[in-house]
Amino acid sequence: MYEIDVNGEKRQADVEAGTPLLWVLRDTLGMTGTKYGCGIAQCGACTVIVDGAAMRSCQFPVEAVGDSKVTTIEAIEQDEVGRKVVEAWVEAQVPQCGYCQSGQVMAATALLKETPKPSDQDIADAMTNLCRCGTYNHIASAVRRAAA
Amino acid sequence: MNDLSPLDVSSATPLVPDEGVANLSRRRFLGVASGALVLAVALPHRRALAQAEGAGAIAPKPGTRVPAFLELRPDGSVKLLSAFIEGGQGINTAMAQIVGEELDVDPARFEVECAPPGPDYALVNGLRMTGGSFSTRSSYAAMRRLGATAREMLIRAAAGRLKVQDGELSTEDGKVVHAASGRSLSYGELAGEALLLQPKEEVPLRDPATFRYIRKPVARLDVRDKSTGKAVYAIDQKVDGMLYAAVTHAPVFGTEPEALDNEAEVKAMPGVHSVHRLPSAVAVAADSWWRARQAVEALKVRWSEPPKDGLDAMSSSFSSESLLATLKGAKEKGLPSETEGDADAAFAKAAKVIEAEYDAPYLAHAQLEPPSSIARFNPDGTLDLWVPNQMPELFQAVAAKTAGLSPEQVKIHSPLLGGFFGRHFMYGPSNPFPQAIVLAKATGKPVKVLWSREEEFLNDAVRPLSFSRFRAALDASGQPTAIEVKTVGEGPIARWFGAIFKNPVDSSAVEGIVEKPYAIPNRKMEFLKIAHPVNIAFWRSVGHSMNDFFYESFFDEIAEAGGKDPFELRLALLKDKPRHLNLLKAAAELSGGWKRGPYDAEGGKRARGVAMASPFGSETATIAEVSIAGGEAKVHQLWIAIDPGSIVNPAIVKAQVESAAALGLSSALFEQVVYKNGERQAKNYDAYKILSRDHMPEVHVTIIESGEPMGGIGEPGLPGVPPAVANALAALSGQRVRSLPMANTKLSGA
Repeated sequence: MYEIDVNGEKRQADVEAGTPLLWVLRDTLGMTGTKYGCGIAQCGACTVIVDGAAMRSCQFPVEAVGDSKVTTIEAIEQDEVGRKVVEAWVEAQVPQCGYCQSGQVMAATALLKETPKPSDQDIADAMTNLCRCGTYNHIASAVRRAAA
Repeated sequence: MNDLSPLDVSSATPLVPDEGVANLSRRRFLGVASGALVLAVALPHRRALAQAEGAGAIAPKPGTRVPAFLELRPDGSVKLLSAFIEGGQGINTAMAQIVGEELDVDPARFEVECAPPGPDYALVNGLRMTGGSFSTRSSYAAMRRLGATAREMLIRAAAGRLKVQDGELSTEDGKVVHAASGRSLSYGELAGEALLLQPKEEVPLRDPATFRYIRKPVARLDVRDKSTGKAVYAIDQKVDGMLYAAVTHAPVFGTEPEALDNEAEVKAMPGVHSVHRLPSAVAVAADSWWRARQAVEALKVRWSEPPKDGLDAMSSSFSSESLLATLKGAKEKGLPSETEGDADAAFAKAAKVIEAEYDAPYLAHAQLEPPSSIARFNPDGTLDLWVPNQMPELFQAVAAKTAGLSPEQVKIHSPLLGGFFGRHFMYGPSNPFPQAIVLAKATGKPVKVLWSREEEFLNDAVRPLSFSRFRAALDASGQPTAIEVKTVGEGPIARWFGAIFKNPVDSSAVEGIVEKPYAIPNRKMEFLKIAHPVNIAFWRSVGHSMNDFFYESFFDEIAEAGGKDPFELRLALLKDKPRHLNLLKAAAELSGGWKRGPYDAEGGKRARGVAMASPFGSETATIAEVSIAGGEAKVHQLWIAIDPGSIVNPAIVKAQVESAAALGLSSALFEQVVYKNGERQAKNYDAYKILSRDHMPEVHVTIIESGEPMGGIGEPGLPGVPPAVANALAALSGQRVRSLPMANTKLSGA
């Protein structure tokens, strides 16, 4: 049994060590906003924020969470920066299929918390999640908008 | 599917196998042995109805019955049941705009959902599907009429209620208004009685000059939910008491599990409910997907031996390379796919003849959402199926056969698609839902099957590897006088829709090579079918995805051989095609005027290439700007002019063109599904590289509304990109890439 802090609440998960945080969130806790894309930390669809930093939860075992604070897309609008990012995403009409966008929004929020005025290079370095719909230019423009 | 010719659906023989899927080998389910698969879709319902109730009771003309589409709610919102499935292309918003325009309701107050199976929704020439870039163009007129019909019924209901004449009433964003008395009634208040009225056959449509929503960049209805994790996809569905199942498929397509060496051990793993053999796969059902996956991957399976060679089934010696060699070596004559003039005579007197061979690899859809499905048998014997799909009625028919039920006993839920690009048509063993049905039956519980990303890369149905050989004859002045193309291979239409589309020349194999607009007087195109032992698929822009690369690249080779600028030669050969000429000029103008280069830019050399395409009823002209660094192509800018005739939402059109261009570039630069020894090599995104942010160019799109019949939008942005890039690279380095992806060719720096 593991106890983890998700969006400010203590949650229990009766799973084996080695179970990725992604599957604890999705199947044990029923929080399906965080997406499974590749399982090998390549695509970033599963990005959550752990102690302020973007983390690909598919390769992050539950036992490694410890006392860290996990923030998921479900709580994104409770965060001031997260709220701005969501508004920018809506204004820039970023999503198409939308499947990668939870992870993109989390990655953008983590970036702007760390670097409120990112350069183009900062955006390129931080926003590495894959998008099969090719919304990359809209994503970059939304990040700039949220930073403005 | 490019053909808009009427479908002979009634004569299609349903080939859904009688014994269901559980007892079938994968190959038979795939249908290679028995020819084409399936497909009697909507019409059987209509025929059965007609027989039961006489000719007068024939099911309604699709798209005409208001209550099948609209629910007008007391709170002023409108629920629209759409014939189409949203998977990123923006169709839900477009439908709300079209219906809202005529109904007189702001599209922002629409909630759009995919309708259940039913004859009302067969809007694509008597068929229902989301694909072929057909949705908006096939339903635009019907959906306008539907909105106008409903509005007229609301006005009549209000006239009765207010005791006034219809003509004294008008509407105003969800209300019927009697201006003279200042009274008004909301649509929600009137809906109950309005929908009982007999609809009028003829209703006036709005003058397009007064459109408020159509042709406007109306905001997408789904962006907020998709930006906050609230959008629900198939993978997010859950039903009470369900088991999670993970599967491992046969490493060589079509082989079968013969023995499980450690079944008892695996059954004892945490959370495991049961272990199953399926056609060409094994499965574990457990209380969580992660546990199911750990268990199924621990299973030691002995698989049957595949054949040693041959193309009738996947063999242990099959490779992409060997198939390409077979296609190249095929000596038989093909069937004519386009013949004009006398190509033989033109070649006989040519001043110069050039020849080139082009090929493109198998491609995965690689949509970000891995496929899944939930099957639940209910106490009354019916089946609920949650399944990503592009054809609800067909999935219902196949699911019913698999479950041993009648279609009416199967309720299909069609959730949002986390990307599709052609992934969710009926592809036999490449769809997980038959496994969910079989496992739900076997366990007596609802089952959710989810394929891991690795299983998806190994079992997705793929864009066919393709090959064409080109020849051109030039006269002494360098003008092309004849072109000859032999295409060898197989397209997905004949594989999956052969029962309906009976033309022996598969349009999905030759589109992009035939019916080009250029004035090359003598043309001789042929198609030789060689079936692949691979499960092949529709992939965004289908045959155009490789054929426009082949043809438009070879066009530049013709220009080169004739000593002409490729842009100028296109202008010259399109001089009698005003639509194409206009579009080509628009693309050049968008890019600041045609310049081929090489030229200096930002410390390096760059060059530009141009290409045209005529996909899915639309026309495109594309210009790419490239440089080369470290032996690799870098694309800086794409300028795309698209003429879809007319449009519904300019913002969505531009977004779709940019999206399609990104996928086209991805396929041009990186993507390939490679077979060796009968097995696919790449199992995940680390080995199957797709376009990431660092290779995304700036994309500039201009829309030309020529007023020609409305064309498609989702796919047409793609086909011009690979050849424009290849032509730019040739301009820059002199190197001609004739085989995709470009990553396989070491480019010389420039």
